[in-house]
Amino acid sequence: MTELVSTDLTVRRQGRLILDGVSLKARSGEFTAIIGANGAGKSTLLSILAGLSRPDTGLVSIDGKSTHLFTRIQLARIRAYLPQNPRCEWPIAVERLVALGLTPILPAFGELPDALERRIEAALVQFDLLPRRLQPATTLSGGELSRAMLARAVVGNPDVLIVDEPTTGLDPRHALDAAHRLRALAEEGKLVIASLHDLTLVARYATRVLALDGGRIAAQGPTAEILTSELLRKLFDVDASLTHTLGGLLVDYLPSRSADSPQNL
Amino acid sequence: MSSIDRAQQSAAANERRRPGILHDHRLTVAVMLLVALAALGLASLLCGSVWLRPAQFFGTDALGSMARLVLFDVRLPRLVLALLIGGTLGLSGAVLQGLTRNPLAEPGTLGVSSGAALGGVMAIYFGLAHHFVVAIPLLGLAGAAVAMSMTFALGRGGGTVALILAGAAVTALMVALISLALNLAENPYAGFEMSTWLLGSIADKSWSQVWLAGPFIVIGCALLLLTGRSLDALSLGEAQAESLGINLERLHGLALLGTALSVGAATGVAGAIGFVGLVAPHLVRPLLGYQPSRLLLPSALAGAALLLAADLVTRVFSGRDLKLGVFTALVGTPFFFWLVVRLRRRAP
Repeated sequence: MTELVSTDLTVRRQGRLILDGVSLKARSGEFTAIIGANGAGKSTLLSILAGLSRPDTGLVSIDGKSTHLFTRIQLARIRAYLPQNPRCEWPIAVERLVALGLTPILPAFGELPDALERRIEAALVQFDLLPRRLQPATTLSGGELSRAMLARAVVGNPDVLIVDEPTTGLDPRHALDAAHRLRALAEEGKLVIASLHDLTLVARYATRVLALDGGRIAAQGPTAEILTSELLRKLFDVDASLTHTLGGLLVDYLPSRSADSPQNL
Repeated sequence: MSSIDRAQQSAAANERRRPGILHDHRLTVAVMLLVALAALGLASLLCGSVWLRPAQFFGTDALGSMARLVLFDVRLPRLVLALLIGGTLGLSGAVLQGLTRNPLAEPGTLGVSSGAALGGVMAIYFGLAHHFVVAIPLLGLAGAAVAMSMTFALGRGGGTVALILAGAAVTALMVALISLALNLAENPYAGFEMSTWLLGSIADKSWSQVWLAGPFIVIGCALLLLTGRSLDALSLGEAQAESLGINLERLHGLALLGTALSVGAATGVAGAIGFVGLVAPHLVRPLLGYQPSRLLLPSALAGAALLLAADLVTRVFSGRDLKLGVFTALVGTPFFFWLVVRLRRRAP
């Protein structure tokens, strides 16, 4: 059981407050979705939670140990991080891209041990990439690349998975697939935190929601309790309707009626 | 999917598994390159203004004192220098292309070569080279270190394009200072000496120069060889590389120090020899793929072979007139053009 806790994170950049007193708690088995408008501080928060940048004040700890007390390698072994629009800059084969996820656990010298090779194989199977394994990663479609990156992130078997906007740029089928896979990883026992813009995906797949508004937490808690049209109006300045359908909750938007344009009267 | 399909798929997967990750052409390519190096090396010992017979070389025929002198004091140091310098250029090209994730990067594009050249020119300009034989390589090394530090200080943190632009700016500064030195040269001989040295050559070098530059080159190359795994992770961009536990500061430090030491010393001894660092990684990529760590050693071998071949051509076909640096530039530039055209076609 892994627990990730942040206490009172504050980040200031060039005099502007990016994060203001953000405290959260996440556990293994949970899929926490970070939601909020553009510029609400989601990416900054994720990068700090991943231990890649330091807050001005506040702490992030994994299982009670502050992230900056881990060495880079120790941290890399227990948490994986995917930035927005992850890319591979050289046309290397998909299986080699996935193998890069093993960087923190490779022996200092020499070839890939057989046991690790089997893990790559398993990750390729899990993310439906076997037919693509020798294809250059730069020629993958958006959906395939996102699966390959996810495979790269989990091949090292981290406890914590932090993903920045995993569904951006994906068509509906692949966006659903990506969200579904993150939920499945949480159900396998990983601690998953991801920022998401598609609130229908959030409603259907996230177990918890943390809403950021101008760097502050507007709300956090179990998805069903938190995701309300009042919250969405506050966060995004739109009127949202949440409808229960056969496929699950559906979030739809209308321009906010609070704006005093004549059409809305 | 039926169970038969599944079984077939897993059998196919197993078959692909072997050539996939563990077994590949790396050994074959290394053997090919070593054989090419041995052949070129032998030719380089035998060919030139004095032609030696293979029988003399292999000891079945007595070696005259003249032949002995040519072989051991002229050809052998030249061969060793060609291997060291070509290897250095090939290796540093592969490391810098991996580091900047830019197929056009090489010591030349990051200002290192021109910095080293400026160091050498300064040594000649101030007459240090005449009093103090190690002045050119030492100042070359210092120039390379200064230039590369400037490039990194200017371009660090701004991504690939910023780094290449910083390299271009530093190169411009170094070239301006070289021109100034040539312009202000006190007598035509000094000016001639500088411009000849700038053209780049490994002719007329002795063992003392091998011993002078060799240790720097070997240490520098050792540092560069340590970057392989970090360069691989960097294929995923800086954010992912850092999340995988890569220390980017250390990686930049290793690349900077390794390149400055090895390329600085190499340029100091041989003058500016361009394009070997650019071409060598591209030669081995079609055989070995694009993963940076797998290219380092093969690229060093390919660089050594390229330089040996170029040196042989200038020696055998043009007498003493054509300088090695001029020849590599003439042959390398069309390749550069081709790379640019190919990149433009690939770019959106």
